[in-house]
Amino acid sequence: MSAVLRIPTVLRPVMGGESVIAVEGSTVGEVLTTLTTTYPAIKGQLLNDDGTLHRFLNVYVNDDDVRYLGGVEASVRNNDEITLLPAVAGGAN
Amino acid sequence: MLTLTSTQRDAILATCIRALPNEGCGLLLGSAEDAVSEVVPSENMADSAKIYEIDPKVLLKTFRRVDHEGLTMLGVFHSHTHSEAYPSPTDVRQAPDPAWHYLLVSLATSPPELRSFRVVDGQVSEESLSIEA
Repeated sequence: MSAVLRIPTVLRPVMGGESVIAVEGSTVGEVLTTLTTTYPAIKGQLLNDDGTLHRFLNVYVNDDDVRYLGGVEASVRNNDEITLLPAVAGGAN
Repeated sequence: MLTLTSTQRDAILATCIRALPNEGCGLLLGSAEDAVSEVVPSENMADSAKIYEIDPKVLLKTFRRVDHEGLTMLGVFHSHTHSEAYPSPTDVRQAPDPAWHYLLVSLATSPPELRSFRVVDGQVSEESLSIEA
């Protein structure tokens, strides 16, 4: 499956400077694993060592947060739009 | 330097006060490098007095607007309910973008205190905050 990936500003320097690229994969996990092969520098920002989604990364397929679609198992269909956005979080803690 | 209007400052304070006892938060959009053009309030998805997280739905919607309307994501604001307006170690560790402004609101003082910072490679530097009428 070929989908479109939208890349946030903060990740562009380590992903060739592109804002939108075509990606292949039938699940979110496949797409992200392929990305980490192409751009090894982002691996720690996308996936945990066990292959699950990084806690502070939001991944959307079209309008849907993939945490509610099975995480890395979420399906990717032809022409879907995948968006990566680092979580915006912090606090006094 | 970060520039706000007094109306925007009041919107930020109202968001933070409404969120009590939790931390309040939101995004800052701009059309120029350091002038806020719009305050985008968010629910605190962490539902906590000690941590905040911008609603992922607000984040996606705002990211798309930035892409389509030629805006700039200038940064984020959040409140500390019982401590000073200075980035905590958690704020620094999780700062998502070195190009952003990080606006802190302390509700521990009366009136509340607003201060703005940059966070680059884990280093915090305070910047001037200009509030225009």
